[in-house]
Amino acid sequence: MFSYIVRRLVAAVFLLLAVSLITFMIFFLVPRLAGASADDLAARYVGKTLGAEQIHEQAVKLGFTDPLYVQYGTFLKGLVVGADYDTGVGTDHCSAPCLGYSYQSQTPVLPELLDRLPVTLSLALGAGVIWLIAGVSTGVLSALRRGTFFDRAAMTVALAGVSLPIFFTAGLSLVLFSYTLHIFPGGGSYTPITENPAKWAYDLTLPWVTLAFLFAAGYARLTRAGMLETMGEDYVRTARAKGLPERTVVSKHALRSTLTPILTIFGLDLGVLLGGAVLTETAFSLPGLGSYAIQAIDRNDLPKLLGVTLVIAFFVVLANLVVDVLYAVVDPRVRLG
Amino acid sequence: MTDVEINPTRSRTGLPFLEVKDLKIHFPTDDGLVKSVDGLSFALERGKTLGIVGESGSGKSVSSLGIMGLNGPSARTSGEIWLDGDELVSAEPDFVRRLRGQKMAMIFQDPLSSMHPYYKVGAQIVEAYRLYNNVTKKQARQHAIDLLGRVGIPEPASRVDAYPHQFSGGMRQRAMIAMALACDPELLIADEPTTALDVTVQAEILDLIRDLQREFGSAVIMITHDLGVIAELADDVLVMYAGKAVEHASVQDIFRRPEHPYTWGLLSSMPRMDRERQERLIPVTGTPPSLINLPPGCSFNPRCPYCKLTDGRALTEVPELLQIGPGQAHSVACHLTGAQRKQIWTEEVEPKL
Repeated sequence: MFSYIVRRLVAAVFLLLAVSLITFMIFFLVPRLAGASADDLAARYVGKTLGAEQIHEQAVKLGFTDPLYVQYGTFLKGLVVGADYDTGVGTDHCSAPCLGYSYQSQTPVLPELLDRLPVTLSLALGAGVIWLIAGVSTGVLSALRRGTFFDRAAMTVALAGVSLPIFFTAGLSLVLFSYTLHIFPGGGSYTPITENPAKWAYDLTLPWVTLAFLFAAGYARLTRAGMLETMGEDYVRTARAKGLPERTVVSKHALRSTLTPILTIFGLDLGVLLGGAVLTETAFSLPGLGSYAIQAIDRNDLPKLLGVTLVIAFFVVLANLVVDVLYAVVDPRVRLG
Repeated sequence: MTDVEINPTRSRTGLPFLEVKDLKIHFPTDDGLVKSVDGLSFALERGKTLGIVGESGSGKSVSSLGIMGLNGPSARTSGEIWLDGDELVSAEPDFVRRLRGQKMAMIFQDPLSSMHPYYKVGAQIVEAYRLYNNVTKKQARQHAIDLLGRVGIPEPASRVDAYPHQFSGGMRQRAMIAMALACDPELLIADEPTTALDVTVQAEILDLIRDLQREFGSAVIMITHDLGVIAELADDVLVMYAGKAVEHASVQDIFRRPEHPYTWGLLSSMPRMDRERQERLIPVTGTPPSLINLPPGCSFNPRCPYCKLTDGRALTEVPELLQIGPGQAHSVACHLTGAQRKQIWTEEVEPKL
């Protein structure tokens, strides 16, 4: 079990390196291949008000004229030991792990990301708990009462859930519960959990439920299908033949097997969301990683974009790692492999 | 603990330990009513083994699952099943469920898919035992180790913590047997317990079941399509065809004086090493009938080579399972007369076996 985790960890580190290389390529090599010169790239950093010569000077200073592997090396070096950036009026130190420096806002990227991380974390984890509980329990009940009114109603709602886009449900819920009924606060409300946990939960209820609805629907369908299959398995019949109460048969024998694939998908979904629930954050004006990425794209701020991409990748890889380890915990057959 | 009342006086009322009367198990489907079991009756005493033989779809498994109450909500069950003084068809499902944990147990065909892949073998063996007996975790574990040892698994103290996928096929079936024995069942139903196993392992498992039966004095129902298994284990044999019993006799009579053409067919399709090798085995011709649309009259008539000898009765009248003679424990459901059957058996069938 221990060696399994170590192997997975090593693989995760290499995966992250590969992701950083590819991301770096996308942001620094692809524009060059498309015809942009080193000076054009530099112009994005310093603004176009400077003369061509000064821009070229900056391009040399920023390292855009160096070969690409040197640039990537510098970037990696910054990750490990930190880097100093010349802002023109002085030097700004970006301490390790340095994910880059935004000349536009004249700050290192990472502290900004860390600043926004709690918002995204709160949103994704809270919604995750809700959709997992709601989705799985609906799915189980639907499977056990297959063909009944409950089953049909739940699956119809689930179909709506997976089909309706989040900007629609978000807008609808805001109009209904916030601006009309005044039960929940409007967009842009966020209170850190450290400040006031009750208000934190209250402010996030609407984004949570809206986001959870989208995912719960899919989970309900998955759980239902999984349960229907598992309930027909021989080992469920064995559990019944042993004289176990139906409750135990369902919860201990059938549900446990059904949950394994759902766990996998849950990990991946959560990983993606931790990198920024772009649409939800935008719809509810939450200052998380997703809206940060949108801003960076708007302003063409490459270092920020690179930073946020790497953070997303980090969470996806982390989520995969956690899923792999959990899988081994849940399914003893995986441990051998 | 909500134990089932086990009343020892009731079993001494002269009734058989297990008695099935006119059991019918039908499944409504989109295509029509599937009559999986249609009027099955038999009785079984403690310490005895009843072998049920028949092709796939003859109702062997469904009838035993019916006794266990495991056919699911779609099954329509009627008739009577008396187990040690309790009638099970009309009983509350929860009552039957408790009997499953204490009085009756079942061994299934495929031991790998029949065990939960995520739980340790020992835990699965004593899961029900812990539910019905007030024991500590440690005692339960010891019980699991004892059972594993009893069914012949080497080093049971370490194997108890293994997972099913770490066991070989034979060991898994031993573990399944241990699971079935965990609550000292008085009725043990084995549904083709050796079909998924190697031939050498098959013999070991059969020996084990026989030994355990002698030790515990349980009643055993052995479901199989393998007449070799029947010859090995059974005291009485029930031959099933299309949801009905077509012949019911002691194991000696089934092999020495079988009465039903279908039984003859089964015997003819069995390879024999003690006779000279024939050119080929004689199979029962045709295929088993659809259980939704049974042929009128005797269900076996389309496959029966002697159908013509009944003056058309086999095509219209469903034969009853009747004793072949007064006081005989041998019954058969066939329109041929006793004399006809005797003649066909001795002159046509037996010499070719």
